[in-house]
Amino acid sequence: MTAIAILGGHLMDPSAGVDAKKDLLLKDGRVAEIAGPGKLKGAAGAEKLDASGLIVAPGLIDMHVHLREPGQEYKETIATGTAAAAAGGFTAVAAMPNTTPVNDSPELTRWMQAPERGAAVRVFPIAAATRGSKGEAINDYAALRAAGAVAVSDDGHPILKDNVMREALTAAARGGLCVIQHAEDTRLSQGASMNLGAVSFKLGLRGMPSEAESSIVERDIRLVAELRDLHPHLHVAHLSTAAALTAVRQARRNGLRVTCEVAPHHFLMTDEHVGLYDTHARMNPPLRATADREAVIEGILDGVVDAIATDHAPHAMHEKEVEFEYAPNGIIGLETALGLSMRWLHGEWKMPLGRVLSLLSAQPAALLGLKGRGTLAAGSFADVVVFDPRAEWVYRAMEGKSKAKNTPFEGWTMQGRVRWTICEGRIAYAAAM
Amino acid sequence: MNPAQSTARRKPATPPPPVSVFPFNSGSLLSVSDLTLEGVGRVLTRATELEQMSPLRRGSILAKRRLALLFYESSTRTRTSFELAAKALGADTTLVSSLSSSIEKGESLKDTGLTLRALGAEGIILRHPSSGAAWLLEASTRLPVINAGDGMHEHPTQALLDLRTLVMHLRPGLREVNDQTLAGVTVSIVGDVLHSRVARSNMLLLPRLGARVLLCGPKELLPDMATSSGPGIEIERDFETALRASTAVMMLRIQAERLAGLKLDLNDYKGKYQLTGQLLATHAPKALVLHPGPIIRGMEITAGVADGPQSMILEQVMHGVAIRMAVVERALTSAGRPAAQEPKKGDLA
Ligand SMILES: [Zn+2]
Repeated sequence: MTAIAILGGHLMDPSAGVDAKKDLLLKDGRVAEIAGPGKLKGAAGAEKLDASGLIVAPGLIDMHVHLREPGQEYKETIATGTAAAAAGGFTAVAAMPNTTPVNDSPELTRWMQAPERGAAVRVFPIAAATRGSKGEAINDYAALRAAGAVAVSDDGHPILKDNVMREALTAAARGGLCVIQHAEDTRLSQGASMNLGAVSFKLGLRGMPSEAESSIVERDIRLVAELRDLHPHLHVAHLSTAAALTAVRQARRNGLRVTCEVAPHHFLMTDEHVGLYDTHARMNPPLRATADREAVIEGILDGVVDAIATDHAPHAMHEKEVEFEYAPNGIIGLETALGLSMRWLHGEWKMPLGRVLSLLSAQPAALLGLKGRGTLAAGSFADVVVFDPRAEWVYRAMEGKSKAKNTPFEGWTMQGRVRWTICEGRIAYAAAM
Repeated sequence: MNPAQSTARRKPATPPPPVSVFPFNSGSLLSVSDLTLEGVGRVLTRATELEQMSPLRRGSILAKRRLALLFYESSTRTRTSFELAAKALGADTTLVSSLSSSIEKGESLKDTGLTLRALGAEGIILRHPSSGAAWLLEASTRLPVINAGDGMHEHPTQALLDLRTLVMHLRPGLREVNDQTLAGVTVSIVGDVLHSRVARSNMLLLPRLGARVLLCGPKELLPDMATSSGPGIEIERDFETALRASTAVMMLRIQAERLAGLKLDLNDYKGKYQLTGQLLATHAPKALVLHPGPIIRGMEITAGVADGPQSMILEQVMHGVAIRMAVVERALTSAGRPAAQEPKKGDLA
């Protein structure tokens, strides 16, 4: 592997406290040297990337994606999903286990990470918390962790039973993993295809109340409190409601290890975006009311939200071209997360760039315990994104790398264009110039 | 917290929801909101003209034009009404029903629509159990689509025929409608509002002509947020109070098939919301009684009221054919649409 020298860029490495013009030398998959402009000692013979005017930052990490392989390769594969990730500036993704079969075994966990899958960036499997994600019997977390799983979750399905969730939290705490909960009381959301509110009434669609989310978050927090001697780590996936955010905020004040992620669509859109049955505005959790969205933005700005995660959920075109109630949940998000976060969190709502990048990299790395990632300190993995923070561009899904095109962001203006994505010292994506 | 952040917190700007692209085809009638008030007036006027026209002349208007009736739900009343209306104008209709084998197993609505178009259908009348289906069909085929009921969402021709019923009785001889036509009129819509497409279309349409709409029913079947559907909509949970205020009262059927998961004591419901002869005589002796059908005698309405002198139920059915003639004609010709939108195709008068 040849060394890569990234020259003339502005290094933003929030967790290392770096915000300055620096040159960077990547060698053998690691960050070999950081120096002031023109000061690299070992750059001779390295491939040189001209990063002048660009931001050089730790590669982005998406802790919530659906890669659909094995089992639903017509929607996406590990190869195409990670190609999309690379194009979006991500150097690592955590893949949810709701594949076919469900990833609840060390074998499948290893299979997903095998070189034969052709991943462009690192794939960290999140293994099923319970056998077949059925919410009954918990899996062998130690074995899953040894096989490379970075967390456990039954995403798509909540763990409803108190005793099972208690067991999961206990076992995960002992095994050093976090439990990622898809918080939805399915007893309250039967038949629902969008958020419950004035819009769902008007459209004649069954709605999912915000309590379906918050009641599970509150229940889980009670369990974490009961088990506090074990220090379990509960992570709330795709948090979408004001009430759930309040519960997380309170749990943190009480010293519990409760974290959460928010998806760009939840801080940018409301149930009004369903319009006249736009299936690209159908996801779970659904787009919520304005008050929920505002609370989520507040949570991001004031730090209660720990990560931006896309919940990248590819579906084939024909699957979304159906009646709203019959359409599958989910949208793709890997290629829009940076552009939307830069445009809105940083551009419109004035969140410092370092904090935006931290939500997209250092913080998810910390939540999943990914050592040597989410930072570009010397010796860490050579996972880098180089992007033009000022470039504005219009997103067209057809031009994207994901196999799927199901996005509500078609035609939206993005800010910040990825120039190179480098994963463990290899160029995983280079923008066509 | 820096000042920029606090500003952001007060007003998080975002791209607004996209402006509706519907309807793609100016002949479509997906929602009552697709019609301007003028458009509503044109449909009412044309319904009367067509009704009074000689059958022979009427039968030449859409001679040999092809209409498909695509029905994913059984419906004797609406289907027959549309069929008679289309045939009265001379159109060829073909019924494609999920109950027959015509709809291929597993074929999507989009593909069925495209197949019908390829077979020569010039317009499609759709009845579907899923809200929004008519929008999907229109977007897929770009044909004129008439929504004959989509899930719990809308049933625009029912609202138009209800309006015709109201206007005929309350404003006889009226020549054109405006936003004051039904000023002073209170229409109560009673019962299972939550699951009713008839209620949704009516509550969007009637206030535009000046009527006040009172929704009446228990919380399980009438959530508070119903009033935010549009202006001029209020909730009155007490049936007797609603009756006393009513110029007309529209009773709805309990949609048992959509109740999934809702616990509702039907005896309790009857006690509170059944329209009986006595209630009517005591509180609303002059009110018109409407019901979109099918009626469940002894549930939401007693047989005596359904057959009584205040009942408009059969009259509504009659107005249905007239309204649907106008709506079908509008779909396939420029009649009933703003003149500028399309050149006139032949003399229709
Ligand atoms: Zn989920």
